Amino acid sequence: MSGLLEEMTEKALKHNIPLSVQVDLTYRCNERCVHCYLDHHDHGEMTTAEIKHLLEEMAEAGVFILTLSGGEIFLRKDFFEILEYARRQLLFCVKLKTNAILIREAEAARIRDLGVESIQISIYSHRPEVHDAITLVPGSLKRSIDAVRFLKSQGLRVILANVLMVNNAQDYKGVRALADELGVECTLDPTITPMMDGDRSILSLNVEHSALREVFRDKGLVGDVDDFCSIAAPATEDVLSSTPCSAGHTTCYVSPYGDVFPCVQFPLPTGNVRKQRFIDVWRHSERMNDVRSIRLKDLSTCTSCTHVSSCTRCPGLAYMEGNMRGPSSQDCEKSFARTGVPSANMLAKKRHAPNLIQIQALSAPASATA
Amino acid sequence: MSKLFMARNPRVAARALDGEMMIMSAKDSTLFTLNRTATILWQSADGTTPLEEIVQNRICTEFDVEASAALEDAEKLARDLAGYEILQISDTPIQQGKGSGDSR
Repeated sequence: MSGLLEEMTEKALKHNIPLSVQVDLTYRCNERCVHCYLDHHDHGEMTTAEIKHLLEEMAEAGVFILTLSGGEIFLRKDFFEILEYARRQLLFCVKLKTNAILIREAEAARIRDLGVESIQISIYSHRPEVHDAITLVPGSLKRSIDAVRFLKSQGLRVILANVLMVNNAQDYKGVRALADELGVECTLDPTITPMMDGDRSILSLNVEHSALREVFRDKGLVGDVDDFCSIAAPATEDVLSSTPCSAGHTTCYVSPYGDVFPCVQFPLPTGNVRKQRFIDVWRHSERMNDVRSIRLKDLSTCTSCTHVSSCTRCPGLAYMEGNMRGPSSQDCEKSFARTGVPSANMLAKKRHAPNLIQIQALSAPASATA
Repeated sequence: MSKLFMARNPRVAARALDGEMMIMSAKDSTLFTLNRTATILWQSADGTTPLEEIVQNRICTEFDVEASAALEDAEKLARDLAGYEILQISDTPIQQGKGSGDSR
Protein backbone atom coordinates (compact mmCIF):
# COMPACT_ATOMS: atom_id res chain seq x y z
CA MET A 1 0.00 0.00 0.00
CA SER A 2 1.37 3.42 -0.88
CA GLY A 3 2.10 5.83 1.95
CA LEU A 4 -0.68 8.17 0.93
CA LEU A 5 -3.25 5.38 0.61
CA GLU A 6 -2.18 4.11 4.02
CA GLU A 7 -2.73 7.61 5.41
CA MET A 8 -6.17 7.81 3.78
CA THR A 9 -7.06 4.36 5.15
CA GLU A 10 -6.08 5.49 8.65
CA LYS A 11 -8.29 8.53 8.23
CA ALA A 12 -11.18 6.41 6.94
CA LEU A 13 -10.76 4.08 9.94
CA LYS A 14 -10.84 7.02 12.33
CA HIS A 15 -14.01 8.46 10.77
CA ASN A 16 -15.72 5.08 10.19
CA ILE A 17 -15.79 5.50 6.40
CA PRO A 18 -16.10 2.48 4.08
CA LEU A 19 -13.22 3.42 1.80
CA SER A 20 -13.39 0.32 -0.38
CA VAL A 21 -16.41 -1.84 -1.28
CA GLN A 22 -16.84 -4.87 -3.52
CA VAL A 23 -20.19 -5.17 -5.27
CA ASP A 24 -21.00 -8.45 -6.99
CA LEU A 25 -23.31 -7.54 -9.87
CA THR A 26 -24.37 -11.14 -10.52
CA TYR A 27 -23.61 -14.68 -9.40
CA ARG A 28 -24.36 -15.98 -12.90
CA CYS A 29 -21.26 -17.17 -14.71
CA ASN A 30 -20.18 -18.52 -18.07
CA GLU A 31 -17.56 -20.74 -16.43
CA ARG A 32 -18.13 -23.54 -13.92
CA CYS A 33 -14.89 -23.48 -11.93
CA VAL A 34 -14.53 -26.59 -9.80
CA HIS A 35 -13.49 -24.58 -6.72
CA CYS A 36 -16.11 -21.80 -6.95
CA TYR A 37 -17.99 -20.93 -3.74
CA LEU A 38 -21.06 -19.40 -5.41
CA ASP A 39 -24.56 -20.58 -6.34
CA HIS A 40 -24.81 -19.44 -9.98
CA HIS A 41 -28.62 -19.35 -10.16
CA ASP A 42 -30.23 -15.91 -10.26
CA HIS A 43 -32.36 -15.48 -7.14
CA GLY A 44 -33.42 -11.91 -7.96
CA GLU A 45 -30.48 -9.64 -8.77
CA MET A 46 -30.72 -5.91 -8.14
CA THR A 47 -32.05 -3.99 -11.14
CA THR A 48 -30.04 -1.32 -12.95
CA ALA A 49 -31.93 1.40 -11.05
CA GLU A 50 -31.31 -0.32 -7.70
CA ILE A 51 -27.59 -0.62 -8.40
CA LYS A 52 -27.31 3.02 -9.48
CA HIS A 53 -29.13 4.07 -6.32
CA LEU A 54 -26.78 1.93 -4.22
CA LEU A 55 -23.75 3.50 -5.93
CA GLU A 56 -25.09 6.98 -5.16
CA GLU A 57 -25.48 6.03 -1.50
CA MET A 58 -21.99 4.56 -1.46
CA ALA A 59 -20.47 7.72 -2.97
CA GLU A 60 -22.34 9.76 -0.37
CA ALA A 61 -20.92 7.49 2.37
CA GLY A 62 -17.38 8.19 1.14
CA VAL A 63 -16.60 4.97 -0.75
CA PHE A 64 -13.66 5.67 -3.06
CA ILE A 65 -12.55 2.26 -4.38
CA LEU A 66 -15.33 0.25 -6.01
CA THR A 67 -14.61 -3.33 -7.08
CA LEU A 68 -17.16 -4.76 -9.51
CA SER A 69 -17.13 -8.54 -9.46
CA GLY A 70 -19.33 -11.61 -9.71
CA GLY A 71 -20.11 -14.24 -11.09
CA GLU A 72 -19.16 -12.90 -14.46
CA ILE A 73 -19.84 -9.16 -14.66
CA PHE A 74 -20.07 -9.08 -18.46
CA LEU A 75 -23.14 -11.33 -18.35
CA ARG A 76 -25.12 -8.30 -17.16
CA LYS A 77 -26.50 -6.57 -20.22
CA ASP A 78 -26.39 -3.27 -18.32
CA PHE A 79 -22.75 -3.69 -17.28
CA PHE A 80 -21.40 -0.74 -19.26
CA GLU A 81 -24.31 1.46 -18.17
CA ILE A 82 -23.42 0.71 -14.53
CA LEU A 83 -19.70 1.18 -15.15
CA GLU A 84 -20.23 4.47 -16.96
CA TYR A 85 -22.42 5.76 -14.12
CA ALA A 86 -19.86 4.68 -11.51
CA ARG A 87 -16.99 6.36 -13.35
CA ARG A 88 -18.39 9.40 -15.12
CA GLN A 89 -21.10 10.43 -12.70
CA LEU A 90 -19.82 9.26 -9.33
CA LEU A 91 -16.05 9.29 -9.94
CA PHE A 92 -15.28 5.99 -8.19
CA CYS A 93 -11.87 4.41 -8.58
CA VAL A 94 -13.17 1.25 -10.28
CA LYS A 95 -11.48 -2.16 -10.30
CA LEU A 96 -12.94 -5.08 -12.24
CA LYS A 97 -12.74 -8.82 -11.54
CA THR A 98 -13.64 -11.03 -14.50
CA ASN A 99 -12.73 -14.17 -16.42
CA ALA A 100 -12.55 -11.81 -19.44
CA ILE A 101 -13.77 -14.33 -21.99
CA LEU A 102 -16.39 -11.83 -23.23
CA ILE A 103 -13.85 -9.00 -23.61
CA ARG A 104 -12.87 -8.32 -27.24
CA GLU A 105 -11.30 -5.20 -28.83
CA ALA A 106 -14.46 -3.08 -28.53
CA GLU A 107 -15.01 -3.86 -24.84
CA ALA A 108 -11.33 -3.22 -24.06
CA ALA A 109 -11.49 0.18 -25.77
CA ARG A 110 -14.62 1.11 -23.83
CA ILE A 111 -13.04 0.08 -20.53
CA ARG A 112 -10.07 2.30 -21.36
CA ASP A 113 -12.31 5.24 -22.24
CA LEU A 114 -14.06 4.92 -18.89
CA GLY A 115 -10.77 5.11 -16.98
CA VAL A 116 -10.93 1.81 -15.08
CA GLU A 117 -8.06 1.45 -12.60
CA SER A 118 -7.35 -2.27 -13.09
CA ILE A 119 -8.80 -5.50 -14.42
CA GLN A 120 -8.12 -8.70 -12.49
CA ILE A 121 -8.48 -11.85 -14.60
CA SER A 122 -8.63 -15.41 -13.25
CA ILE A 123 -5.97 -17.62 -14.84
CA TYR A 124 -5.37 -21.05 -13.29
CA SER A 125 -2.62 -22.39 -15.53
CA HIS A 126 -0.54 -21.58 -18.58
CA ARG A 127 -1.62 -24.96 -19.98
CA PRO A 128 -5.06 -25.09 -21.67
CA GLU A 129 -5.67 -28.67 -20.57
CA VAL A 130 -5.28 -27.65 -16.89
CA HIS A 131 -7.00 -24.22 -16.99
CA ASP A 132 -9.95 -25.45 -19.08
CA ALA A 133 -10.37 -28.51 -16.85
CA ILE A 134 -10.81 -26.14 -13.88
CA THR A 135 -13.22 -23.73 -15.62
CA LEU A 136 -14.97 -26.65 -17.38
CA VAL A 137 -15.12 -24.47 -20.52
CA PRO A 138 -13.04 -25.69 -23.49
CA GLY A 139 -11.04 -22.87 -25.08
CA SER A 140 -11.44 -20.58 -22.05
CA LEU A 141 -7.69 -20.05 -21.48
CA LYS A 142 -7.19 -18.88 -25.06
CA ARG A 143 -10.13 -16.47 -24.84
CA SER A 144 -8.94 -15.06 -21.50
CA ILE A 145 -5.39 -14.57 -22.80
CA ASP A 146 -6.69 -12.92 -25.98
CA ALA A 147 -8.62 -10.53 -23.71
CA VAL A 148 -5.47 -9.76 -21.69
CA ARG A 149 -3.79 -8.74 -24.94
CA PHE A 150 -6.73 -6.53 -26.00
CA LEU A 151 -6.73 -4.80 -22.61
CA LYS A 152 -2.96 -4.46 -22.54
CA SER A 153 -2.96 -2.92 -26.04
CA GLN A 154 -5.25 -0.21 -24.61
CA GLY A 155 -2.65 0.58 -21.96
CA LEU A 156 -4.77 -0.83 -19.13
CA ARG A 157 -3.44 -2.34 -15.90
CA VAL A 158 -4.13 -6.08 -15.93
CA ILE A 159 -3.53 -8.50 -13.05
CA LEU A 160 -3.65 -12.28 -13.46
CA ALA A 161 -5.22 -13.89 -10.36
CA ASN A 162 -4.03 -17.44 -9.87
CA VAL A 163 -5.88 -19.55 -7.30
CA LEU A 164 -3.77 -22.50 -6.25
CA MET A 165 -5.42 -25.90 -5.76
CA VAL A 166 -4.52 -29.57 -6.14
CA ASN A 167 -5.48 -29.43 -9.83
CA ASN A 168 -2.86 -26.78 -10.71
CA ALA A 169 -0.35 -26.97 -7.85
CA GLN A 170 2.60 -27.35 -10.23
CA ASP A 171 1.65 -24.55 -12.61
CA TYR A 172 2.05 -21.30 -10.68
CA LYS A 173 5.54 -20.71 -12.07
CA GLY A 174 4.14 -21.17 -15.58
CA VAL A 175 1.41 -18.60 -14.86
CA ARG A 176 4.01 -16.19 -13.57
CA ALA A 177 6.10 -16.68 -16.74
CA LEU A 178 2.95 -16.10 -18.81
CA ALA A 179 2.31 -12.85 -16.92
CA ASP A 180 5.88 -11.73 -17.62
CA GLU A 181 5.45 -12.55 -21.30
CA LEU A 182 2.20 -10.58 -21.45
CA GLY A 183 3.71 -7.68 -19.46
CA VAL A 184 1.10 -7.85 -16.69
CA GLU A 185 1.06 -8.38 -12.93
CA CYS A 186 0.26 -11.68 -11.23
CA THR A 187 -1.09 -12.68 -7.81
CA LEU A 188 -1.22 -16.11 -6.17
CA ASP A 189 -3.87 -17.16 -3.65
CA PRO A 190 -3.38 -20.56 -2.05
CA THR A 191 -6.76 -20.62 -0.26
CA ILE A 192 -9.90 -22.42 -1.37
CA THR A 193 -12.84 -21.13 0.66
CA PRO A 194 -16.05 -22.97 1.61
CA MET A 195 -19.26 -22.41 -0.38
CA MET A 196 -21.26 -19.39 0.80
CA ASP A 197 -23.97 -21.78 2.06
CA GLY A 198 -21.38 -23.37 4.37
CA ASP A 199 -20.74 -26.52 2.29
CA ARG A 200 -17.10 -27.38 2.96
CA SER A 201 -16.69 -30.18 0.40
CA ILE A 202 -14.60 -28.07 -2.00
CA LEU A 203 -11.95 -27.60 0.71
CA SER A 204 -10.57 -30.96 -0.43
CA LEU A 205 -9.14 -29.00 -3.39
CA ASN A 206 -6.75 -27.09 -1.09
CA VAL A 207 -3.11 -27.86 -1.86
CA GLU A 208 -1.25 -30.21 0.44
CA HIS A 209 1.21 -29.09 3.09
CA SER A 210 4.27 -29.92 0.97
CA ALA A 211 3.04 -27.79 -1.97
CA LEU A 212 2.23 -24.88 0.34
CA ARG A 213 5.65 -25.22 1.95
CA GLU A 214 7.27 -25.03 -1.50
CA VAL A 215 5.29 -21.91 -2.45
CA PHE A 216 6.35 -20.14 0.75
CA ARG A 217 9.99 -20.88 -0.05
CA ASP A 218 9.86 -19.56 -3.60
CA LYS A 219 12.13 -16.53 -3.64
CA GLY A 220 10.38 -15.15 -6.73
CA LEU A 221 7.14 -14.97 -4.76
CA VAL A 222 8.13 -14.07 -1.22
CA GLY A 223 11.44 -12.24 -1.64
CA ASP A 224 13.63 -12.90 1.38
CA VAL A 225 12.69 -16.52 2.22
CA ASP A 226 14.44 -16.57 5.63
CA ASP A 227 12.65 -13.41 6.67
CA PHE A 228 9.27 -14.53 5.28
CA CYS A 229 9.47 -17.93 6.97
CA SER A 230 10.82 -16.71 10.31
CA ILE A 231 8.76 -16.82 13.49
CA ALA A 232 7.50 -13.37 14.42
CA ALA A 233 8.57 -11.65 17.62
CA PRO A 234 6.10 -12.01 20.50
CA ALA A 235 3.07 -9.76 20.08
CA THR A 236 3.24 -6.40 21.81
CA GLU A 237 0.28 -4.80 23.56
CA ASP A 238 -0.17 -2.54 20.52
CA VAL A 239 -0.40 -5.54 18.20
CA LEU A 240 -2.88 -7.28 20.51
CA SER A 241 -5.04 -4.15 20.56
CA SER A 242 -5.11 -3.94 16.77
CA THR A 243 -7.90 -5.10 14.44
CA PRO A 244 -7.54 -8.42 12.61
CA CYS A 245 -8.28 -7.09 9.09
CA SER A 246 -10.12 -4.35 7.23
CA ALA A 247 -13.46 -6.23 7.01
CA GLY A 248 -16.15 -4.02 8.53
CA HIS A 249 -13.59 -1.31 9.34
CA THR A 250 -12.83 0.30 5.98
CA THR A 251 -14.23 -2.34 3.61
CA CYS A 252 -17.37 -4.36 3.03
CA TYR A 253 -19.15 -6.41 0.39
CA VAL A 254 -22.59 -6.19 -1.27
CA SER A 255 -24.15 -9.23 -2.98
CA PRO A 256 -26.25 -9.08 -6.20
CA TYR A 257 -29.33 -9.33 -3.95
CA GLY A 258 -28.40 -6.28 -1.90
CA ASP A 259 -27.15 -8.12 1.18
CA VAL A 260 -24.28 -6.36 2.94
CA PHE A 261 -21.49 -8.46 4.47
CA PRO A 262 -18.26 -7.41 6.23
CA CYS A 263 -16.28 -9.02 3.38
CA VAL A 264 -16.77 -11.30 0.38
CA GLN A 265 -15.27 -14.12 2.48
CA PHE A 266 -17.38 -13.34 5.56
CA PRO A 267 -20.98 -14.53 4.96
CA LEU A 268 -22.49 -12.83 8.01
CA PRO A 269 -25.48 -10.81 6.70
CA THR A 270 -25.57 -7.37 8.31
CA GLY A 271 -28.44 -5.73 6.39
CA ASN A 272 -29.94 -5.27 2.93
CA VAL A 273 -29.75 -2.13 0.81
CA ARG A 274 -33.17 -2.85 -0.70
CA LYS A 275 -34.68 -2.23 2.74
CA GLN A 276 -32.14 0.08 4.42
CA ARG A 277 -29.79 2.87 3.46
CA PHE A 278 -26.24 1.64 2.85
CA ILE A 279 -24.82 4.07 5.42
CA ASP A 280 -27.30 2.90 8.07
CA VAL A 281 -26.24 -0.72 7.61
CA TRP A 282 -22.58 0.33 7.70
CA ARG A 283 -22.91 2.45 10.83
CA HIS A 284 -25.67 0.85 12.86
CA SER A 285 -25.86 -2.87 12.10
CA GLU A 286 -25.30 -4.74 15.39
CA ARG A 287 -23.52 -7.52 13.55
CA MET A 288 -21.24 -5.11 11.70
CA ASN A 289 -20.42 -3.43 15.01
CA ASP A 290 -19.77 -6.84 16.57
CA VAL A 291 -17.24 -7.62 13.80
CA ARG A 292 -15.76 -4.16 14.30
CA SER A 293 -15.26 -4.75 18.01
CA ILE A 294 -12.89 -7.70 17.54
CA ARG A 295 -9.30 -7.14 18.61
CA LEU A 296 -6.47 -9.68 18.44
CA LYS A 297 -6.42 -9.89 22.24
CA ASP A 298 -10.07 -11.07 22.22
CA LEU A 299 -9.45 -14.15 20.11
CA SER A 300 -9.97 -17.51 21.72
CA THR A 301 -6.94 -19.79 21.19
CA CYS A 302 -5.13 -17.39 18.80
CA THR A 303 -4.16 -14.80 21.45
CA SER A 304 -1.74 -17.28 22.99
CA CYS A 305 -0.44 -18.58 19.63
CA THR A 306 3.18 -18.08 18.54
CA HIS A 307 1.90 -16.75 15.20
CA VAL A 308 -0.61 -14.21 16.49
CA SER A 309 1.27 -11.17 15.20
CA SER A 310 2.16 -12.59 11.78
CA CYS A 311 -0.81 -14.87 10.99
CA THR A 312 -3.03 -14.14 7.98
CA ARG A 313 -6.03 -15.32 10.04
CA CYS A 314 -9.23 -14.54 8.16
CA PRO A 315 -12.16 -13.77 10.51
CA GLY A 316 -14.56 -14.79 7.73
CA LEU A 317 -13.04 -18.24 7.46
CA ALA A 318 -13.07 -18.47 11.28
CA TYR A 319 -16.78 -17.53 11.21
CA MET A 320 -17.42 -20.28 8.68
CA GLU A 321 -15.72 -22.68 11.08
CA GLY A 322 -18.21 -21.62 13.75
CA ASN A 323 -16.68 -18.69 15.66
CA MET A 324 -15.56 -15.33 14.24
CA ARG A 325 -13.31 -14.94 17.30
CA GLY A 326 -11.86 -18.42 16.88
CA PRO A 327 -9.04 -19.72 14.74
CA SER A 328 -9.17 -20.23 10.97
CA SER A 329 -7.65 -23.67 10.46
CA GLN A 330 -6.64 -22.90 6.88
CA ASP A 331 -4.55 -19.97 8.11
CA CYS A 332 -3.10 -22.18 10.86
CA GLU A 333 -1.97 -24.55 8.08
CA LYS A 334 -0.39 -21.61 6.25
CA SER A 335 1.51 -20.42 9.34
CA PHE A 336 2.68 -24.00 9.91
CA ALA A 337 3.80 -24.44 6.28
CA ARG A 338 5.60 -21.11 6.42
CA THR A 339 7.48 -21.54 9.72
CA GLY A 340 7.37 -25.26 10.52
CA VAL A 341 5.85 -24.43 13.92
CA PRO A 342 2.31 -25.70 14.57
CA SER A 343 -0.27 -23.15 15.71
CA ALA A 344 -1.91 -23.15 19.15
CA ASN A 345 -5.10 -24.36 17.46
CA MET A 346 -3.29 -27.31 15.84
CA LEU A 347 -1.71 -28.27 19.15
CA ALA A 348 -5.05 -28.03 20.98
CA LYS A 349 -6.74 -30.22 18.39
CA LYS A 350 -3.96 -32.77 18.75
CA ARG A 351 -4.37 -32.82 22.55
CA HIS A 352 -8.10 -33.39 22.27
CA ALA A 353 -7.97 -35.90 19.47
CA PRO A 354 -9.47 -39.24 20.56
CA ASN A 355 -7.04 -42.14 20.73
CA LEU A 356 -7.45 -44.31 17.70
CA ILE A 357 -6.14 -47.36 19.60
CA GLN A 358 -7.37 -47.82 23.11
CA ILE A 359 -5.21 -50.06 25.23
CA GLN A 360 -6.62 -51.10 28.55
CA ALA A 361 -4.91 -53.20 31.17
CA LEU A 362 -6.36 -56.67 31.38
CA SER A 363 -7.76 -57.31 34.83
CA ALA A 364 -7.04 -60.62 36.39
CA PRO A 365 -10.00 -63.02 36.32
CA ALA A 366 -11.63 -62.97 39.76
CA SER A 367 -12.07 -66.70 40.01
CA ALA A 368 -8.70 -67.69 38.78
CA THR A 369 -7.37 -70.69 40.58
CA ALA A 370 -4.15 -72.50 40.34
CA MET B 1 -3.32 38.03 -18.42
CA SER B 2 -5.63 36.00 -20.70
CA LYS B 3 -8.57 34.12 -19.27
CA LEU B 4 -8.02 30.55 -18.10
CA PHE B 5 -10.73 27.88 -18.04
CA MET B 6 -10.49 24.58 -16.17
CA ALA B 7 -12.34 21.27 -16.47
CA ARG B 8 -11.98 18.10 -14.42
CA ASN B 9 -10.19 15.32 -16.26
CA PRO B 10 -12.94 12.68 -16.66
CA ARG B 11 -10.35 9.90 -16.37
CA VAL B 12 -9.52 10.51 -12.71
CA ALA B 13 -11.29 9.10 -9.66
CA ALA B 14 -12.13 11.49 -6.83
CA ARG B 15 -13.71 11.55 -3.39
CA ALA B 16 -13.72 13.96 -0.48
CA LEU B 17 -12.46 12.44 2.76
CA ASP B 18 -12.71 14.52 5.91
CA GLY B 19 -12.61 17.75 3.89
CA GLU B 20 -9.65 16.65 1.81
CA MET B 21 -10.05 15.64 -1.85
CA MET B 22 -8.48 12.31 -2.87
CA ILE B 23 -7.70 12.03 -6.55
CA MET B 24 -6.41 8.95 -8.35
CA SER B 25 -4.95 9.23 -11.80
CA ALA B 26 -6.32 6.65 -14.25
CA LYS B 27 -3.08 6.94 -16.20
CA ASP B 28 -0.82 5.36 -13.60
CA SER B 29 -2.95 4.96 -10.44
CA THR B 30 -0.99 7.66 -8.64
CA LEU B 31 -2.92 8.95 -5.63
CA PHE B 32 -3.00 12.65 -4.78
CA THR B 33 -4.63 14.60 -2.01
CA LEU B 34 -5.55 18.19 -2.70
CA ASN B 35 -5.17 20.99 -0.17
CA ARG B 36 -8.08 23.35 0.47
CA THR B 37 -7.21 25.76 -2.38
CA ALA B 38 -6.68 22.95 -4.89
CA THR B 39 -9.94 21.36 -3.74
CA ILE B 40 -11.77 24.63 -4.48
CA LEU B 41 -10.24 24.73 -7.96
CA TRP B 42 -11.26 21.08 -8.55
CA GLN B 43 -14.81 21.64 -7.34
CA SER B 44 -15.20 24.81 -9.41
CA ALA B 45 -13.66 23.43 -12.60
CA ASP B 46 -16.78 23.32 -14.76
CA GLY B 47 -15.06 24.24 -18.02
CA THR B 48 -16.93 27.53 -18.40
CA THR B 49 -16.20 29.70 -15.35
CA PRO B 50 -12.97 31.69 -15.82
CA LEU B 51 -10.30 31.16 -13.16
CA GLU B 52 -10.40 34.88 -12.36
CA GLU B 53 -14.05 34.57 -11.35
CA ILE B 54 -13.39 31.46 -9.25
CA VAL B 55 -10.59 33.25 -7.42
CA GLN B 56 -12.78 36.29 -6.82
CA ASN B 57 -15.87 34.38 -5.68
CA ARG B 58 -14.45 31.32 -3.98
CA ILE B 59 -10.84 31.89 -2.91
CA CYS B 60 -10.79 35.56 -1.90
CA THR B 61 -13.99 35.05 0.10
CA GLU B 62 -12.51 32.13 2.00
CA PHE B 63 -8.94 33.29 2.51
CA ASP B 64 -7.69 36.73 3.46
CA VAL B 65 -5.66 37.31 0.27
CA GLU B 66 -5.18 40.08 -2.24
CA ALA B 67 -6.95 39.26 -5.55
CA SER B 68 -4.04 39.69 -7.99
CA ALA B 69 -1.61 37.63 -5.86
CA ALA B 70 -4.28 34.96 -5.37
CA LEU B 71 -4.92 34.78 -9.11
CA GLU B 72 -1.22 34.38 -9.84
CA ASP B 73 -0.93 31.54 -7.28
CA ALA B 74 -4.15 29.91 -8.50
CA GLU B 75 -2.98 29.98 -12.11
CA LYS B 76 0.30 28.30 -11.15
CA LEU B 77 -1.63 25.69 -9.15
CA ALA B 78 -4.04 25.06 -12.05
CA ARG B 79 -1.11 24.52 -14.41
CA ASP B 80 0.52 22.13 -11.90
CA LEU B 81 -2.74 20.16 -11.61
CA ALA B 82 -2.97 20.06 -15.40
CA GLY B 83 0.60 18.73 -15.49
CA TYR B 84 -0.56 15.82 -13.32
CA GLU B 85 -3.57 15.39 -15.64
CA ILE B 86 -5.99 16.11 -12.81
CA LEU B 87 -7.39 19.20 -14.56
CA GLN B 88 -7.64 20.20 -18.20
CA ILE B 89 -6.90 23.88 -18.87
CA SER B 90 -7.52 26.10 -21.86
CA ASP B 91 -7.78 29.80 -22.72
CA THR B 92 -11.21 29.11 -24.20
CA PRO B 93 -14.21 27.42 -22.50
CA ILE B 94 -13.97 23.61 -22.39
CA GLN B 95 -16.89 21.47 -23.50
CA GLN B 96 -17.31 18.62 -21.02
CA GLY B 97 -18.78 15.28 -22.07
CA LYS B 98 -21.93 13.71 -20.67
CA GLY B 99 -21.63 13.16 -16.95
CA SER B 100 -18.55 15.11 -15.97
CA GLY B 101 -18.98 13.87 -12.44
CA ASP B 102 -20.10 15.38 -9.19
CA SER B 103 -17.60 16.88 -6.80
CA ARG B 104 -18.46 15.08 -3.57
